[in-house]
Amino acid sequence: MAKIAVSSEGPDLDARVDPRFGRAAGFMIVDPQTMAFDFVDNGATQVMAQGAGIQAAELVAGTGASVVLTGYVGPKAFRALSAVGIAVGQNLNDLTVRDAIRRFQQGDVEMAAAPNSRGHRA
Amino acid sequence: MIVAVASGKGGTGKTTVSASLASIWPAPVIAVDLDVEEPNLHLFLNPVIRDQKASYIDIPEIDEERCTRCRACTDICQFKAIGIFGEVVMTFPEMCHGCGACWTICPENAIAPGKRELGQIVTGQAGPIEFVMGRLRVGEAMSPPLMRNVKRHLGLDPTPPDRDIIIDAPPGVSCPAINAVMDADVIVLVTEPTPFGLYDLALAQKAFAPLEKPMGVVINRADIGTRDVHRHCQKTALPILAEIPYQRDIAEAYARGQIITEAVPSVRPLFDALVKRIAGLANPPSPSEEVCHA
Repeated sequence: MAKIAVSSEGPDLDARVDPRFGRAAGFMIVDPQTMAFDFVDNGATQVMAQGAGIQAAELVAGTGASVVLTGYVGPKAFRALSAVGIAVGQNLNDLTVRDAIRRFQQGDVEMAAAPNSRGHRA
Repeated sequence: MIVAVASGKGGTGKTTVSASLASIWPAPVIAVDLDVEEPNLHLFLNPVIRDQKASYIDIPEIDEERCTRCRACTDICQFKAIGIFGEVVMTFPEMCHGCGACWTICPENAIAPGKRELGQIVTGQAGPIEFVMGRLRVGEAMSPPLMRNVKRHLGLDPTPPDRDIIIDAPPGVSCPAINAVMDADVIVLVTEPTPFGLYDLALAQKAFAPLEKPMGVVINRADIGTRDVHRHCQKTALPILAEIPYQRDIAEAYARGQIITEAVPSVRPLFDALVKRIAGLANPPSPSEEVCHA
């Protein structure tokens, strides 16, 4: 099964889902069958004045993940993820990475048709 | 001579001062509204509009057939205006500052300059005053590119035109404000004697100091608030060029869209003196002349 990228505050399955997609601390790239994972650091976006969502989308696209689970996605990142065919599950910010994946596997995460954050620039 | 009327704090009277200066300027003058996010100088000068044309910035357009996804463009772009997501290339035109680095560096010649509309450049005539204004397109996030186009239109680069120029600058001390004052020979800072006015005056003074331009202060609503602005000017050797009193007839004239030097005769001498002091700041007497006068 395809890998899942979860925006994460830390490098383990019990870390909390980072509510921000673009400026997430990093992404847990998880194989949902085995729960094997890699952590990809996204710290570089913390210092960007703008374009964090675009850069994070480049990072996630490079991991080969086909699903993103996160809290909030802005319009530009959403456009990019959609163009690559990565499905986006939003509003998962009150969970751990493990719980977010469990909910996704149970079919409890509705895939987004639109971004749920206005982003920081019009 | 180019005079920029700036402030730091908004609402201190930049446009009031700009319009008044333009109306009594003793030489041929162009009045320029560079507060492109919310231009209002025309409301006071009432120019007859001669021309109104769209202004553009160059943004990348990518030929996806030619592009090899080498990432040279996205790596050099400081604003993430180009993203490469796996095999997908996308541009984000609203992020682009128009520097042209992407099509310069592209080894495949896969990027050509396209266009994004920034807004309008409006020109006209108000009696003897030439009038030029930039008006930002609603939704456009960046004003300096349009401001640069207005300045190019004025012919500031490479040689200044044969007329004097009065620039009504935007408030603040960030890129738009710097862009408005950087070509000036004199910067006039309009402030008010309140803590807020003083705070932003000091910010503007600090922001513009590296430009090494002569600066002076106009204190508007001069008889309200405190004397702290006066003390600050004295302490930092910032000359006070004029003090506009807090008067009902001035406020009424402003509210009717009138130029205060025309509507309120009592302020005229104050602005005549201001014009002379601005000229003095632009061309300080040489030491030998000072000796002669002494």
